[in-house]
Amino acid sequence: MHVLDFEKPVKDLEKQIEKARELAESDFSGLQEKTVKDLEDTLDKLKKELYSHLTGWQKVQLSRHPDRPYAEDYINNISENFIELHGDRNIGDDKAMIGGFGSIDGQTVMFIGQQKGRNTKQRQYRNFGMANPEGYRKALRLMKLAEKFNKPIITLIDTPGASPGLEAEERGQGEAIARNLREMSLLKVPVVCIIIGEGASGGALGIGVGDKVLMMEYTWYSVISPESCSSILWRSWDYKEAAAEALQLTSDKMLQQGLIDGIIKEPLGGAHNDPAKTFKNIKAEIKKQLKDLLLMSPEERIIARVDKFSNMGVYAE
Amino acid sequence: MDTKFVSLPCNKGKIMPWFKRIKDGILTSTDEKKEVPEGIWNKCPSCKKAITTRDLEDNNFVCPEDGYHFRIGSKQYFNILFDDGIFTELDKDLKAADPLKFIDKKPYTSRLQEAWQTTELNDALRSATGKMNGIDIVIACMDFSFIGGSMGSVVGEKIARAIDYARIHQFPLIIISKSGGARMMEAALSLMQMAKTSAKLALLDQAGVPFISLLTDPTTGGVTASFAMLGDFNVAEPGALIGFAGPRVIKETIGKDLPKGFQSAEFLVEHGFVDFIVNRKEMKEKFTHLLGMLQEGTKAKKKTA
Repeated sequence: MHVLDFEKPVKDLEKQIEKARELAESDFSGLQEKTVKDLEDTLDKLKKELYSHLTGWQKVQLSRHPDRPYAEDYINNISENFIELHGDRNIGDDKAMIGGFGSIDGQTVMFIGQQKGRNTKQRQYRNFGMANPEGYRKALRLMKLAEKFNKPIITLIDTPGASPGLEAEERGQGEAIARNLREMSLLKVPVVCIIIGEGASGGALGIGVGDKVLMMEYTWYSVISPESCSSILWRSWDYKEAAAEALQLTSDKMLQQGLIDGIIKEPLGGAHNDPAKTFKNIKAEIKKQLKDLLLMSPEERIIARVDKFSNMGVYAE
Repeated sequence: MDTKFVSLPCNKGKIMPWFKRIKDGILTSTDEKKEVPEGIWNKCPSCKKAITTRDLEDNNFVCPEDGYHFRIGSKQYFNILFDDGIFTELDKDLKAADPLKFIDKKPYTSRLQEAWQTTELNDALRSATGKMNGIDIVIACMDFSFIGGSMGSVVGEKIARAIDYARIHQFPLIIISKSGGARMMEAALSLMQMAKTSAKLALLDQAGVPFISLLTDPTTGGVTASFAMLGDFNVAEPGALIGFAGPRVIKETIGKDLPKGFQSAEFLVEHGFVDFIVNRKEMKEKFTHLLGMLQEGTKAKKKTA
């Protein structure tokens, strides 16, 4: 398992406990069960202490943890019979954006999400979760399909940004995202958006206009990544920690600002420490949100959705 | 090498002045002072020829030599498009707050103070309503001189309100974009302005009110990825840089130089994202004709109904 710098004390202690337990189980050592128990208590305290005082930058690191569940993992573990649908019917199939129908305890939903890869080959195949215009157009095609068949839409956001490149510009990256923002505002079906990892800027928002926008506990969502922010405003790559604080990009800060509708708790240490529990939490939250949203009429949902985004912004008058 | 200074004989007090000031003091009264002083020379960044500010202004800030479009702001665009430069400004008292107490190398509040003082603008966009060749319209125009024309809460809110105004009064809307993108110092609040303006445009679209998006140099980032690309008519000024990712970012990503003309207005027409390019001198007439044709249709429809 990949260990982040700030998690080292926890991981070291975990190793010690493992060894101590082995010793305690063997007859020849004088090590008591109680000693092991004490160590475990220390570990528990240490973990609680560490994970309740994470800095913005540490949460950004957790959001990018290579062992974290990705969109596909969530879809496969919270729904049955997922049928993936491909292509934007125009230029191709964007591997960084996946989607299709799945069933959550009998309720058919349309899943759409950015997909990252786990090894070098997969990462390249998925373009690091950075979608091209055809990815956003595929997402919109699937959203319209969901609308046609009156099925709710669940988007799973996890991207370091929309792809910057020659082809992306030629094919209108800006237009593709802009169109999604406009079209998503008026979708007749419920839309629940969940940030499951990184929520970087327009690339994230391009599938992020929903009735309910939720963030997993250890994720980030902002207008720019802390690294790029550091490079532009500080003119150096060295201020990413400061930028992460200044941007107030963590789930708790985003909720305080009223820019998201809720936070989905993660197991201690992050989603990857207990994926089963993570899937259970997110599934329960999706079901709860859909239940509420389905009580509203399409018109009520659209008015509330447009009003919600219209009220975002702080200014003096 | 040794350097020797040679002192030249100086006839102090005996030099004939080249110009003689006959009267003391500056004699031009404040009333006589022109907004744009005459006789100040501008160099065209494209053809390097010198042009007087007066000539430039008379030519709508287009170089008479090679047609280069100088970067101008809301003041000049309002003068060009509104009849006799007459308009009523909307929501002009909206000013930026600093909700995040954002500090990078310097506090956001100091950046704002500086921008308020140097530009005499309240933020990076002004919106107004008035007549264009007799047609009632709403124009929202960005000012690049204010923190790079960046979109924060004020820009987003003013655009949203301008869209609402256009929708309620059924006046055609023109948004003139000129921006580096979202304002980082308002972080996610800036990001959400993209969703807000696009949602408002969805309502305008439903209401059947025409929207011309004028893309000027430069239009990039979150502005391109929201309202700027959502026009019924996307129109650009010649040579304008228009893109989602900035050229520097793309260059760094792909590791090679960008082809000539990449992300230019002409490039966007070629790739199908801009309807046409308009010279600033013909802009008002062309927009009037376009909107006139649409209005004709509406009237005919009303008659048959």
